[in-house]
Amino acid sequence: MSSVRTWDPTLAQNIIDEHSGLEGPLLPILHALQNEFGYIDTRADELLAHALNISQAEVRGRISFYHDFERAPTAPHHIKICRAEACQSMGCEDLVTHITQHHKIGIDDAQHNGSIAFKTVYCLGNCALGPSLMVHDQVIGRAHTSMIDQLINNADQLSDHPELLDEILS
Amino acid sequence: MSSSPTRLYIPCDSAALSVGADRIAAKIAQDAKQRGLNIDIVRNGSRGLLSLEPLIEVETSQGRIAYGPVRSKDISSLFDANFLAGAEHPLRIGSIEAHPAFKAQTRLSFARVGVIDPLSIDDYKAHGGFKGLAKAITLSSSQIIEQVTQSGLRGRGGAGFPTGIKWQTVFKAEADQKYIVCNADEGDSGTFADRMLMEGDPFTLIEGMIIAACAVGATRGYIYIRSEYPHAMKTMSAAIALAHEHGYLGPNILGSAHSFTLEARLGAGAYICGEETSLLESLEGKRGIVRAKPPLPALEGLFGKPTIVNNVLTLGAIPFILAEGGQAYADFGRNKSRGTLPVQLAGNIKHGGLYEVPFGMSIRSIIMDLGGGTYSGRPIRAVQIGGPLGAYLPAHMLDIPLDYEALSAQKALLGHGGIVVFDDTVDMAKQARFAFEFCAKESCGKCTPCRIGAVRGAEVVNRIIANQDREKNKIVLRDLCEVMTDGSLCAMGGLTPMPVMSAVTHFPEDFDQMPDRKAAE
Repeated sequence: MSSVRTWDPTLAQNIIDEHSGLEGPLLPILHALQNEFGYIDTRADELLAHALNISQAEVRGRISFYHDFERAPTAPHHIKICRAEACQSMGCEDLVTHITQHHKIGIDDAQHNGSIAFKTVYCLGNCALGPSLMVHDQVIGRAHTSMIDQLINNADQLSDHPELLDEILS
Repeated sequence: MSSSPTRLYIPCDSAALSVGADRIAAKIAQDAKQRGLNIDIVRNGSRGLLSLEPLIEVETSQGRIAYGPVRSKDISSLFDANFLAGAEHPLRIGSIEAHPAFKAQTRLSFARVGVIDPLSIDDYKAHGGFKGLAKAITLSSSQIIEQVTQSGLRGRGGAGFPTGIKWQTVFKAEADQKYIVCNADEGDSGTFADRMLMEGDPFTLIEGMIIAACAVGATRGYIYIRSEYPHAMKTMSAAIALAHEHGYLGPNILGSAHSFTLEARLGAGAYICGEETSLLESLEGKRGIVRAKPPLPALEGLFGKPTIVNNVLTLGAIPFILAEGGQAYADFGRNKSRGTLPVQLAGNIKHGGLYEVPFGMSIRSIIMDLGGGTYSGRPIRAVQIGGPLGAYLPAHMLDIPLDYEALSAQKALLGHGGIVVFDDTVDMAKQARFAFEFCAKESCGKCTPCRIGAVRGAEVVNRIIANQDREKNKIVLRDLCEVMTDGSLCAMGGLTPMPVMSAVTHFPEDFDQMPDRKAAE
């Protein structure tokens, strides 16, 4: 579950300071900010630029290069769906069709404001047991449509009842 | 309650977790408690026979007895059958070492994966760990590099460059700081060997990196792990901390003059960062844009310093090579492909998984004898070898041996050793289009052939599919592929034509379908 914490410049500065002694500290800082706030607020750009002695344009260019980093709050539950070749051979596109057609939920739709969002990834390293999903940090093998139905239908309760996830996946 | 607990092994490998290993471990612990049985659960890596996961092994007087694949509903019957004593049960496999798909392997780099507790230094040492390092610190740099050169080891990330030569270049470079960088940005679909080694036996990678550091005089190292691998990141970081604690990392390693510190870093979802120069840019905190070569990273790598950039499997092969000697490794394999390759069998495959075999084994034998054919039970139509930049081969070409040169002679590549199987429902025109779409999405954008070519390529394939000036567009497609192959800065744009052209060459009928069939999609 991604935590969504309100923007706090002091906390952000502390996170930046904590990592600025590293060689090449930008990626560790960005990951830490996203872990804390759930996304990287644009108000962090100035702090990052100052700490790393680069321009804000460079900060934005670097952040936008990487698929992982979000720039606005996202749905509380992210499900990554693998759409690379190994999962294609096991029908992952049928799952995508099911999500978009049956549930009317877009894939990679950052504007989607429901409680669950699906994001395309290319390979979760679970290629012998595809199709694969990643729910929070958990990889799910041999995914099927009824599993997706349950995830979507129970999404609202997942935050308060994490044990539901186990039930759905078992 | 018996005096000493029965030891159980339940994998913590991501693939095992993906089919419920954590739930199984929790339920077994709970049931054992209820039944008053004294057990000790070790979370090991995976043996690699992934269709058997979750695979449980019980330590008995007859050795380790395996059961799998275990589902929650099987657990009470396992207890009832007295599986803790290795008793009969429909899921009983027996000894994994005696399993035909395991016995057929030669496990050098993966010898300990699935056997030991990944985070136990004692386990690691009891199974031959740190022997290579102990040997390396008695040798001079040149002697270490000589062993690596003699082993014939080639870069396992895909390029197949001789590791000894790379190390020699870094060794000879004069600098105040050198780096060892491990490329663990395993982005190719169909590959998971890096992940399995990092999750199942992280000290092997650490040992390989320390030896590399001793060989070239590097004092700092980084492991760049893709963010899709949170478990690998966690295990690797924990192992690095343990190695520091026990004096394998830090100043004066094992009392020698060598010092080496190591850190794991997380990528951020960019496929291109598996390209070595892009990875270095990313480690430096920049956009992962490919650098022009020369200068080689061996001379001007991380922060402009001489750097060894090696794949996880390359560095993972080093401890064996040093412990047993380069020749012992070179004794396996064929022609210029020496040693073993941890092959990853994936996609539509009945018994997918990781199989470490010597070079020379035929692709067909790997798919049929070890993998058991397709998961769907339908005929194999195409096999993609070497990830998204690798060729699609038709079923009749699968007698090619596992060998870098034999594959390149067929306009294919071995890449990182991933084999993805497709059954006869695959549409190869769609696969060709996907190759371009993937390149368009993941291109770093630095060079024009890749940045623009990928987008135009997907459009051209779409026109061919739609039967718009089909023959003319086929000519355009060939021409475009030639430009990308010859004009791209790195393998991303340079090899995207490989899956495309292999599909066109081996499956021409898929590009000549009537468009209405495709339009329905």
